[in-house]
Amino acid sequence: MGAGHHHQLYRPGDSVVHRLPPQCKLLAVITFAIVVVATPRENFWAFGLYAVMLAVVAGAARVPPAFVLRRMVIELPFVLFAFLIPVIGLGERTSVLGLSLSVPGLWAGWNILAKATLGVVASILLAATTEPRVILVGAQRLRVPTLLVQIATFMLRYLDVIVDEMRRMRIARESRGFEARNFRHIPVIARSAGALFIRSYERGERVHLAMLSRGYAGRMPIMQEISASVGQWAIALALPAVALAVLGLSL
Amino acid sequence: MHVPDGFFNVAVSVSAGVVAAAGVAVCLRGARRELDDRTAPMAGLVAAFIFAVQMLNFPVAAGTSGHLLGGALAAILVGPYTGVLCMAVVLLVQGVFFADGGLTALGINVTIMGIVTVLVGWGVFRLVSRVARGKGAVTAAAFLAALISVPAAALVFTLLFWIGGTSPIAVGTVAAAMGGVHVLIGVGEGVITALTVGAVLAVRPDLVYGARGLAKPLELREAGGTTVTVGAEERPAPASGGLRPFLLGGVGLTLVLAGVVSFFASSSPDGLEAVAESKGFLHKATDHALGSWALGDYGAAGGIPVGIAGVIGVGLTLLLAGVVAYAARNRRKVRA
Amino acid sequence: MNSLEVSRLAYAYPDGTQALFGVDLTITRGERVALLGPNGAGKTTLVMHLNGILSAGHGTVTVAGTPVRKDTLKEIRQRVGLVFQDPDDQLFMPTVRDDVAFGPANAGVTGEELDRVVKDALERVGMLHAADRPPHHLSFGQRRRVAVATVLAMQPEILVLDEPSSNLDPAARRELAEILRSLDVTVLMVTHDLPYALELCERSLILSDGVIAADGHTGELLADSALLAAHRLELPYGFAIPAR
Repeated sequence: MGAGHHHQLYRPGDSVVHRLPPQCKLLAVITFAIVVVATPRENFWAFGLYAVMLAVVAGAARVPPAFVLRRMVIELPFVLFAFLIPVIGLGERTSVLGLSLSVPGLWAGWNILAKATLGVVASILLAATTEPRVILVGAQRLRVPTLLVQIATFMLRYLDVIVDEMRRMRIARESRGFEARNFRHIPVIARSAGALFIRSYERGERVHLAMLSRGYAGRMPIMQEISASVGQWAIALALPAVALAVLGLSL
Repeated sequence: MHVPDGFFNVAVSVSAGVVAAAGVAVCLRGARRELDDRTAPMAGLVAAFIFAVQMLNFPVAAGTSGHLLGGALAAILVGPYTGVLCMAVVLLVQGVFFADGGLTALGINVTIMGIVTVLVGWGVFRLVSRVARGKGAVTAAAFLAALISVPAAALVFTLLFWIGGTSPIAVGTVAAAMGGVHVLIGVGEGVITALTVGAVLAVRPDLVYGARGLAKPLELREAGGTTVTVGAEERPAPASGGLRPFLLGGVGLTLVLAGVVSFFASSSPDGLEAVAESKGFLHKATDHALGSWALGDYGAAGGIPVGIAGVIGVGLTLLLAGVVAYAARNRRKVRA
Repeated sequence: MNSLEVSRLAYAYPDGTQALFGVDLTITRGERVALLGPNGAGKTTLVMHLNGILSAGHGTVTVAGTPVRKDTLKEIRQRVGLVFQDPDDQLFMPTVRDDVAFGPANAGVTGEELDRVVKDALERVGMLHAADRPPHHLSFGQRRRVAVATVLAMQPEILVLDEPSSNLDPAARRELAEILRSLDVTVLMVTHDLPYALELCERSLILSDGVIAADGHTGELLADSALLAAHRLELPYGFAIPAR
């Protein structure tokens, strides 16, 4: 789950992809993902082409393959599940290397493997070329409710602060000889979690006061506007457009 | 666990997206009614807390540890509206910024882990709180709320899987596996949630949304030495009207999904193949591996006609919705 | 005109505990004044009345002729630049530039003028080079300076600082002192750091038990050991008030 494997995905750079406005990239990646998911799983070559397209984007963004591969680890549980499906799946069975595998299961496993992988790589490329706060600016341009974007902005701003407080609490516990080894120790951790909530909540109140002190009256002032030219939209939307063409050809 | 792209078909992904968007929209209004201009910073900080606490290792035994999902915890600490927003923001950020969960599965992930857990958690909490009062009762209610919220989410996952999952696994198997594992996980979630709520209650009970009625009334000392007690401060109880239309709408949408869409479901998991089929490439259909699978046919799903199977699913969802709607209605009562 | 006039200010917390029992003080434009006092004296509570975060139970607060009231809050918050103790509470935007721009943007400043105001404020605290960085990438001392910039950008009448030197290493402490000395704005500084008060503020007030117990030249106050002892104030070990 969210168990601490969240590497910072952003990779600073100055490529064409980096310079595209966030709303273009966000929309491009989402529509690309939709096209991929809508593609019938029999069309192997279509998926191959999608992979090539993502490789081209990665090249243009100067993101090394190793970088992408390392961050694809997040996908591992579902990769394993994809391999499990043919074993436990229903339907007509066939024999592969001595194992009896379900044919529909093999199709389904391939389906999930291909689509999930392409989706994750596209996501990684977006995050690698766009800073989180910039992605939020892009989301706002795409008409995501302003309040939601603001909440996300505050969350991102204070995530490091809260995680840091959590880390300090752990150090304090361990400095007093506490070792969390089994379920009997859960109450101690829960007490830290409770304290963390109180600190977070109180900080939220203080932040609100600081905002009031600088004239906040309920509406955040409009601060950053990133506008996109037609050309930039064209470059970004080329990705899903080509994918759509591939999909069309494959049908 | 965050669902990746390709796990569900396009129909379910899009429908769940619509339900998630509607739910979040309702909660944006509700949270703003409760928190007013404090909404953004407060919800942002609590969302950061949820994100952080999901990373916390809760030891189970011999090196293994569990993690908190936090839906029920969020509902009890900051109320259902803000709770849904916090969970949704965490899930959206995880999906878009950290590639944790598919972009096309955002609707599904937000619905299952954000909305269902919070609403069921809050509903159960409220039901139990009606029966017993006091700090101990709040902790017990928190345990039950979190405990039930997890298998409830697993149930919704199974339902969605039944309708539009792309894997040919018997729904019974999925239900059993998901249900079994998630009841166990629910116990962990229940214990951790109850203990965390208890920890907050011990220090700042006024910060626990679910314990708002517990504050002792203020005493005023009059000049003659007599004491008068004033009623506990009433927090503005927001109209629960916003939640009910959403629930009804959500149920209605599920009806459409289950009954109608599944009827038209193609014999393969991908929506576009329905198009292919109708265009006459039927040979593809018979070659398809899914021919023998449950919802793959127009006809029956394991013996039960598809439409009825869908309606049973909706019935269960209605039960869930009923719990929540009941709880939502009672929020108007202010405890003195 | 006086920058700040507080008259018979009294305040009690919601739970009934009274914190201020009638505070009177006047600060003229351009003065730098330190507000001293033991913990729990009500210093932070008093400071929160100056920009209307707390409403007085009794008494008045007037900033540059404008009384602090519900309908004047917007104007007051532009005139009173309050710098909190924890800069993380105050730097809540994604980048330094966004934070410094927040105040003036709320006051309606936009476009090129906004950029100019932001640049100016950051230059005055020596943090222009960090304009596009997120706050958590800065050191504590740097964050403190940016926090000062966020209120300077609003061009306030009076700068109110809550424990400005706390948690700063000696170099950062000195840098901040240089910045504060270079500003030509009225300053009210709540502090425990008596040497800092002596260094920067000609005049000091002692708030004790919810009232102003002393008001005078900082050097004279700090030389009065009986006065200090009576209000739980102590000079640091080995510190001797430098001869002026």
